[in-house]
Amino acid sequence: MKRRMAATAALILMSLTACATDEPAATPSDSSSAPAAGAGTGEQSKFFVQADYDNELALLDAAPTGPADKPWEQVLNPTMVDTATFKKAGPHKICFSNAALNNPWRQVGFKTMQAEVEAQGDRIKEFVHVDAEGKDQKQIADINDLLGKGCDALIVSPNTTATLTPAVEAACKAGLPVVVFDRGVDTDCPVTFINPIGGYGFGHVGAEFVSQRMKPGGKVLALRILPGVDVLETRWSAAKVAFDKAQVDVVGVEFTDGDPAKTKKIVNDYIQRHGTIDGVWMDAGAVAVAAVEAFQDAGQPVPPINGEDQLDFLKMWKDEGLTAIAPTYPTYQWRTPIIAALRILDGQQVSAPWKLPQPTITQENLDSYLDPNMPPLHYAMCGCTDLPGYPQRWK
Amino acid sequence: MQLVKRRPLPPQLARVRSGGLLPLLAILVVLLVLITVRQPDFLAPASLMSFLGRSAPLILLAAGQYFVIVSGEFDLSVGSLVTAQVVVAARLIDSDPSRTWPVVLVLLAGGLAVGLVNGLITTRLRVPSFITTLGMFLILVGAVYLWSNGAPKGGLSEEFRRFGRRAFEDVPLLGRMPYALVILLILATLAVLLMRSDFGRVLVAVGDNPRTAELSGVRVHRTRTIAFMLSGLAAAVAAILIGGYSGVSFQAGAGLEFGAITAVVLGGVALGGGRGSIVGAMLGALTLELLFTLMNFYGVSGALRPTVQGAIILFAVAVSTRRSTSR
Repeated sequence: MKRRMAATAALILMSLTACATDEPAATPSDSSSAPAAGAGTGEQSKFFVQADYDNELALLDAAPTGPADKPWEQVLNPTMVDTATFKKAGPHKICFSNAALNNPWRQVGFKTMQAEVEAQGDRIKEFVHVDAEGKDQKQIADINDLLGKGCDALIVSPNTTATLTPAVEAACKAGLPVVVFDRGVDTDCPVTFINPIGGYGFGHVGAEFVSQRMKPGGKVLALRILPGVDVLETRWSAAKVAFDKAQVDVVGVEFTDGDPAKTKKIVNDYIQRHGTIDGVWMDAGAVAVAAVEAFQDAGQPVPPINGEDQLDFLKMWKDEGLTAIAPTYPTYQWRTPIIAALRILDGQQVSAPWKLPQPTITQENLDSYLDPNMPPLHYAMCGCTDLPGYPQRWK
Repeated sequence: MQLVKRRPLPPQLARVRSGGLLPLLAILVVLLVLITVRQPDFLAPASLMSFLGRSAPLILLAAGQYFVIVSGEFDLSVGSLVTAQVVVAARLIDSDPSRTWPVVLVLLAGGLAVGLVNGLITTRLRVPSFITTLGMFLILVGAVYLWSNGAPKGGLSEEFRRFGRRAFEDVPLLGRMPYALVILLILATLAVLLMRSDFGRVLVAVGDNPRTAELSGVRVHRTRTIAFMLSGLAAAVAAILIGGYSGVSFQAGAGLEFGAITAVVLGGVALGGGRGSIVGAMLGALTLELLFTLMNFYGVSGALRPTVQGAIILFAVAVSTRRSTSR
């Protein structure tokens, strides 16, 4: 009897093991198992579009139009569209279908958006926020629900690109102005799509810095959060182009799920396996500190690395004198959809797409972004210092 | 399938089976040799010490799991308990060094409390333990998500993190002695002493045959509840070490319950209770960590780890079932 129980338990354990580990099953571009042509970077991502890549790299040097002290209102290469058909008397009810709040970037961003709503309080009578908790199916249902709630404008931050496209198209057909930001959708039907220059620019800046600063022919470890999201795929594909061009040896491309524990373990594994790692590239900075710690705990110098504008990384960069760079995916873009929605409801022209500038933090301007009084998981590029409730709201 | 009812073992057979540490030690040596062939530096004191320090949490969890398994139950909640504790610690400490020690005490008490609840539900309400602890697993995952809005808040102080990250420097012969390893050695010694005490013998007797134990005057429910509390305590210590090692993370404890159970099974402890030693369970954890290190050195993807664990659990249970029915 007891044996049977043990066997049943083992079966249950097995099935649990299967569902408890939702890490990407394999790393298709893992160089150690498949020594592909080039620098070990594997196949190019199917999200890679050469024209977009060229365009974004050109945008990195473009001069924005708009107020210089308010980058969230600036536009790069504007192409204005008419919105007179959406003109409506206020105050308005603005609805927001949010992909998730499941990482600090989105938390900081959402607080910034709430503060923007508060700042525009006389023009917004109601702000409805629905959190899809990172689930496509929930977000599809959320958008559908919001369509019946009498919203004057709908803001969508899609969870994934392809799956959410039909839901956004349905929202456009309902006749209300739709504003998409952050991750994109495969349709032109929204009034505008707001995002910073984008993933190619981010990935390129980091990869170029790492390959220029590391020793020639050295070993690079590329750390990615997860596959299949356009913002992140483009970052990696631009980095791949840069690494292939620089002919560095990319010894591994691994997925961290944005988790520090997993990141530290992966970096530690690579240090053990290869002896040294000469450069680290990341598609997002959330786990940069964990990667740096892995080198410190192994008693090794920290190689050239890129992070993001998260304060824990900026602080470590300064304190430890790292060779580092921080391309950003600014959280101030969460202010822009509210501003855009209100302009559309006023019948003012807006740019579509609305490309925001995407500043890079370097050794030279590091001090101007490093505010030691803000919490470690805060993003320096929030553009939120003039908003109601700063700094307490973000602490 | 009709299973043969268990009969009391003849003494000499029991001896052969419980002396099961030898095969494990053989595997351990083979793994060490294979690793050394690939990476001769591995046995240098510095890297060996840091390896043992990193393995400390799993070894502690295996010891905790051993108490529960040898008493005839399971504890699936330890992984999510570790995650919950790390997230709670970060929120409570909020980067304030002066809160380190109070929070450590809160975590230890929390671990004991979760174990107590697991034990009471299993023994008093007669819910099978893998359902009880699976429920606890889900409750903790959900509670942490709800409480933190899906993203960890706050931060761990450097004082808290040193337990899992720092070491005694300049130790003669060894060079560097991670705090985690020192904590492990102390707790492992205590655990072995506990198993040699009357409590340890009673615990094994409860797992071997609860009815007989009950008839001989053992308080079976209380003994099993204490086993769950020990497992919760081990999870709390593991959480302190893991949080220290890698910082706040939502996956801090992901999959650790399987790691611990695999280690215990690998250490020759019978699922279902009553047989196996705590030293075996801890050596099982060490063997598992060595196996993962070996896989890493040979470039095997980390994604295969759960598969390997699953195969070990199935294989070990199959072997022990075969052994007990073939007579």
